[in-house]
Parts: sequence; C-alpha cells; structure tokens
Amino acid sequence: MRCALPRRRTRLVLLAALAAAAIALLVAAPGALADAFTPESGGSPNADDIDTLYKITLYVAIVIFLIVEGTLIWSLVRHRARRGGPEAAQIRGNTPLELGWTIGAALILVVLTVITFVYLDDIKNPPPSDPDGLASQAEFASIDQPAPPPGGGPSLNIQVNGRQYLWRYDYPGDQQLFSYYEMVVPTGTTVTLEVRAADVIHSWWIPKLGGKVDAVPGHVNKTWFKIPRGKEGTYIGQCAELCGINHADMRAKVRAVTPEQFTSWAMQKREDIRRAGQELGDQRKQRAKEGELE
Amino acid sequence: MEARSLTGRELGGSPEIVLHGRRERQGGWLEWLTTTDHKKIGIMYLFATFVFFIIGGVEALLMRLQLAQPNGTVVTPETYNGLVTMHGTTMVFLFVVPVLAGFGNYMVPLMIGARDMAFPRLNALSFWLLLFGGMAFYTSIFFDPPRAGWTMYAPLSDDSFSPSGGVDAWIFLIHLTGISSLLGAINFVATIHNMRAKGMSWGRMPLFLWTILVYSYLLILALPSVATAVTMLLTDRHFGTAFFDPTGGGDPLLWQHLFWFFGHPEVYIMVLPAFGIISEVLPVFARKPIFGYKAIAASTVAIAFLSLLVWAHHMFATPTSTVVLAFFMLSSFTIAVPTGIKIFNWIATLWRGQIVFKTPLMFAAAFLALFPIGGITGVMMAIFPVDWQLHDTYFIVAHFHYVLFGGSVFGIFAGLYYWFPKMSGRMLSESLGRASFWTMFVGFNATFLVQHSAGLSGMPRRVYDYSNDLHVSTYNLISTIGSFILGVGVLLTVINILHSIKHGKRAGNDPWKGNTLEWFTQSPPPVNNFDVIPRIRSVEPMKDIRHEVSAGVRAAETVAQPAAARSL
Repeated sequence: MRCALPRRRTRLVLLAALAAAAIALLVAAPGALADAFTPESGGSPNADDIDTLYKITLYVAIVIFLIVEGTLIWSLVRHRARRGGPEAAQIRGNTPLELGWTIGAALILVVLTVITFVYLDDIKNPPPSDPDGLASQAEFASIDQPAPPPGGGPSLNIQVNGRQYLWRYDYPGDQQLFSYYEMVVPTGTTVTLEVRAADVIHSWWIPKLGGKVDAVPGHVNKTWFKIPRGKEGTYIGQCAELCGINHADMRAKVRAVTPEQFTSWAMQKREDIRRAGQELGDQRKQRAKEGELE
Repeated sequence: MEARSLTGRELGGSPEIVLHGRRERQGGWLEWLTTTDHKKIGIMYLFATFVFFIIGGVEALLMRLQLAQPNGTVVTPETYNGLVTMHGTTMVFLFVVPVLAGFGNYMVPLMIGARDMAFPRLNALSFWLLLFGGMAFYTSIFFDPPRAGWTMYAPLSDDSFSPSGGVDAWIFLIHLTGISSLLGAINFVATIHNMRAKGMSWGRMPLFLWTILVYSYLLILALPSVATAVTMLLTDRHFGTAFFDPTGGGDPLLWQHLFWFFGHPEVYIMVLPAFGIISEVLPVFARKPIFGYKAIAASTVAIAFLSLLVWAHHMFATPTSTVVLAFFMLSSFTIAVPTGIKIFNWIATLWRGQIVFKTPLMFAAAFLALFPIGGITGVMMAIFPVDWQLHDTYFIVAHFHYVLFGGSVFGIFAGLYYWFPKMSGRMLSESLGRASFWTMFVGFNATFLVQHSAGLSGMPRRVYDYSNDLHVSTYNLISTIGSFILGVGVLLTVINILHSIKHGKRAGNDPWKGNTLEWFTQSPPPVNNFDVIPRIRSVEPMKDIRHEVSAGVRAAETVAQPAAARSL
C-alpha cells in the first residue's frame, strides 16, 4: 500500500481524461455526425426517412447511454473502498425504484414504436413520380405494380436478378432492354424493383438509395427508390448476403440521368441489343451455310 | 443476523457421510481420461474451450490482417470465407456455449452443496462429445473447410454450391456438440432441481445457478430445431431431398426460420450465464447484497421466454409481410425491458458499496459498461426499417461483438479471475490481471467501436476486400490495430494462468469473502466437495457463517473444511 496515493491519483487523472475524451467526442459529434454515426442517405426519400428515424433513435440511445454509463462510473469512483470509508449500505432492493425503471424502459419503447410507425408508410410505399419525371411512354408504364402510386408521371419497374456474382436488370417494354452491373435510371421518377435470385441468396443494397432487400431463390422481394431531379450521378452498392467466394466483388452501380438522357440511352441500348441479337442470327446462318451447323 | 443459539444438529447439518470406502486413485493422464468428477470435467471443459478460443482468436486476427487495408493479399477469398466460417462456428459452438457449461460443471454442485452432478458418467460423455465434435470439425481444414458462414444459409450450403465435405464436417459438429449440450443441460436441470442443500429454496439459490438452470432449459428447447435443420441439410446434400432447394420445390427461408429459432435463444444461452457470473461477482466486491434478487431472477426467466419469440428479427430483409416484421420488432423491443432491469439492478448493487477493485470486479464493471452498448444498438436494429440499412453490415458485427465479447467474454474472464483461486488453490497475479484487463478493454473498443461506422458507411460483413470508394480504410486500420492489442490482452491472461497455477500465492478457502457455498470448502475442493453441508438460511450462506464465527456461535475450525478429505 506504499504507493496507494499516487496510484489513486493516476486513476483519477485517467478517468478525467476518459471523461474529457467522451465529452469532446460528443461535442464534435454533430459535425461529423452525417458521416460516421448515421447511415448513408441523400439519394432517395426512403433512405432519407430511414436516416431520420435512425437519428431519432440514436438521440434517445445517447441519452440512455449517458445515464447508464454516468451512473456506473459515478458509482465505481464514488463508492470505491477506502480505509475508514463508510460501511457498504446493506440495501436489498427498492420496489418503487425498480417499478419506476421498468415502466420507464417500457415507455421509451412505446415512444419508439409510435415514431417507427409514423415513418414506416413513407419508407415502405413508393410515392408517385414527379410530373417532370420520365415522359409517359407505353414501354415504361408499370403494369404489374401492386399499388400504382396515384398522380404524377409513370413509374419505372425494373426486374433485378442476382446470380453469382453479377446483377442483371430487365426493363419493361416490348422490345428487350437489359443491362448488367450498372443500372441506368431517370431522375424524378419512381423506380420500383422486383428482386429475384437465380442461384443462391443475394441481397440488393445501394446504401444511399435506401435499405437492402434479400434476393431469395423462389421468392420475389420488392423495393423502390426515387432520385430527385438535380441529383444525377452514380450510386454504388454491393451484395450484402454472403453468396460465395467472390461475394465481396459482387458490386452494383446505379447511374441516375435526366429523363431525356434516359430515353435516349434506352433507345440506343435497345438498338444495340437488337443488333447484337441480329448479328448472332446472321453468324449462325453464315455458319450453317458453311456447313458447320445443321 | 440474529444471533440465536443453534442446536448442534443445525450446525453440523444432517450426518450424511458417503465415503463407503476408497478406490485407489489412478495416476496421471488416465485419471483425466476416465474421470467422472464434475470438477475435473469442468477443468477439462475450461481448458479445451480456451484452446478453441485461442484458435478462433487467431482466425479473427488473420481476417483483421487481411482487412487492414483495401486490396489485402494476406489470404485468398477462399481462405477468407473459410476463416469467417471457422471463427464464427468455433466461438459460438466450441467456446462460449461450452465454456459456460465448464463453469457450470465446476460450480453447480459446489454452489448447491452437492457432491457431484446428478449423472456423473453422462457428464463425462458430454465433455467427450464436445471434444470430438470440435475435432471432427477441425479435421476439415486438412481437406476443405466449410465456407458458407456459421449460419450456413441454404442454398449456398447445399451440395450444388458447396460440394466439398466441409459443410458435412460442420453438420457433424452441430450434432455432436448439440448432443453434448443437451445431455449437459439435462444433467444441470436434474442436479439443480433435486440436489440443493437443505434450506436452499428457489429464493435462496445463487443467481449464477438461476442462469445455468435457464441456460439448460433454453438449450433443451432450442437445440432440437437446429438438429432438425442440419439433418434436413444433410439429406438435401446427399440423399436427394429438397427441403431447402427451390429447384426441387423447397424453400431457402425454411432454413433461416429453423436456424434462427435455435439461433436467437442461442444468443441468450451464451449471455445469460455471463449475467449470472456478474450477479455473483458484483455483490462480493461491492460488499453489498445484490440489489433486487427477485427481479434479476425473474428477468432471467422472462428473457429466456421472450428469446423464443424474436427469431425473425434476423430476417428483416427477406420477403416477409410487414405485419410479421412489426410483430418481431415489438417482441424484440420487449426483451429490452428485462435486460434493462438487470443492468439497473447491477449498477444499483455497486451504488453505495465499498467497491474493492480486484481483477474480477474490473472485468465485471467492464461488462456493465460494454454490454449496454450492444443492448442499445440491438434496440436500434429491432426497428426494422432501420435494420434494412444496418442488416448484414459491420454495424451488426460490432453489435454482436459488444454483446458476445463485451458481454459474455468479459463476464467469462470475470468468472475466471473470480473462481481460479477455488479451482487451483492459488491466486492469479493481480498486476498481470490488471494489465490484461486494461489491454483487453482498450483493444476491444478500438477493434469494435469503429466497426459501427464502417457498417454505416456501407461496408457489408463477410467480405475479404472492400472498395476505396466506401471511405472505410481508416476504420479498418484502427480495427486491425485494436484487434492485436486485444490479442495481447488475452495472451497476458494466458501467461498469468500458466504462471500462477504453479507459482501463485496460496488462496485459502475464501480469498474474496464470498457469499456462496463454494467458498466453504477447501481450494481446490476435495473429491467429495463437502463432508458436512451447512443448512442454508439465506442467499448468502457464507456471509451467515462468517457472522456466526465472529459472534462465536460457530467454531472457526468448522469453516476450514473438511478434516477427512485432507488425507485423500
């Protein structure tokens, strides 16, 4: 016990330093909050709503965290054994206090439940497209959307199909239009996705465009996003369910362009696909002519 | 305590000497191989599971090395997925669950004042099945280890996508360790129900025993589900059935339901006994009775019941209707209430105590600081729209390591430092213990705190590499450095044990001024544990006995146990 005093002092200094660091972190938090402490958002209203819901729970969580850790550290420091200190209080319980924190905890959860259901609707259900979204074209009109959003322009329904280790996107329309890895979408337009898998389970996730949905073989999973006008650009994501050796390399990209650019991209792409198909047919005929094929 | 005079009968307990004769002890390793003594089996459990803990830890460090920087080349993607699977499986099935069975094995008979478990030979069988399960699993590294993650989601684990025998080795592990745990659980239930000392009513049973009892019931309820699931997977793989194969009319989601119906109770199986250890350690070192004994015992039971109703919160991203998601959100919320009650009760136990800062208390206090972080993030993820962003990311990895490492493992280390003197008769070094504690505490937080941010930035779990575009390189580097600090911390405890087992200070019967009956006997306890078993009058029988000794009612030498055993 010869070094009891200095050691105690070092411990106090250490605790003070820890407390200071914690406070500094919390003060600095709002600045860096957007990046390090909250989910990705900014590409689609559902991602923004999830972000808001997350932040509300995070604030509640921080309050609870501070109360719990504060009381704990206070008790540990204040009531550490000291020579000549008071006897430990022989308390075995306190029914009102225990009932109090039980009810308190339950109430917090009721509040969280209510807040969740307030936001749920906007996260789950796709809004209508903007009037200046994708121009009404029969080829893109969604025909199989269960609850077509009322008003505004038409929505765009894309079939997303995951396979080891690639995503394929099939667009609606009589003439075939599909792409791999990069999904091109128009801004201002509600894009609904029907997500499937061809082999094992994958999970479709573009963090800035909302939550992930699992692609399960034999099932169809649905989600949506709507990138506002002016937010054209690329949004990256990757498969979020372990799907095999190259799971980490199963990336995806959504490229948002203006509706006008989208229309011309789609025309060009359709034409490319049609020509590629035709060339394939021509090659086959050529080979047949040369006697390679029956 | 009222100091009324006691009759000799009450003091000595009923005369039940069971030593009918003596067999010569076998020497050396043969004795360990053939033993049915719960203490020896307990030590074998602890030793074997700590070896698996080290192996699982090395696997984790290899993964952290690979992820230290983007484009890591330490291991191949194949090896990485193998490491993911081996690490998860090892830590869950070969470390946390059985190490708690190890503590239970050693402590249950001692704490209830019994001379062994109800079925000693069954107890030995439990241990050997565990060991062989672990060996069957680890032999797969010599041919082709499983690579589908510890959750072994079908169809990835099916023969079309995982043709190698690794998945089969995993199935054997689940069956062997599953039978081991079931037999162990039945043994605990039988022992705790039937063999408690006179006077130890349910309301006087140590809280660690409450948690071991509930742990056992949960194992009995949950294990059949995973046993069924892996058997179905086995027949899918080899005998042409298609339970989980969508091409044959099966459903991959069936696997997830069956697996998580086991898997979520499993989480509480892994953490409840750690709660029990905390409930034993805190009052002893705060020199205070536990605050709200009944509330803690009742919330243990409540958590166990609710844990059977929350499994689909692991499946929030699957195609499932909103009503179901909402149900599982609410059921997961309700679990937070009994868990919160426990945390408040533990903190109230420390409040106005005289807290003696020994290593077991420091680990227990760290548990109290870290477990709530995992609990709070758990509530956040129960909100299913939020979980759509957090699911299957490093946020989850951080969450469950706060629960299972910050919670369970720190609790296990508290138990190790607390009970080592009883098991070995020697104290662990305090200074090494402190060094180990602080290194582990700092390393743990450095490793896992930043992983929350990595997940929020979009980094999925179980990836061998990550994109520069995610801006998670700094988090990953911090995490890797932290993991090696954590490794050093664990190593210090290993050194401490290896050193102290030979050279530690003699512990004596009751070095901590404990509350429960295991401190009544010698350290280490003799083969028959107790010659006389005192009558239990409260939840803190040793405190009563110390009072009686200081009041002169009981002669001091009746505490120094038992004369007959010394000659053994």
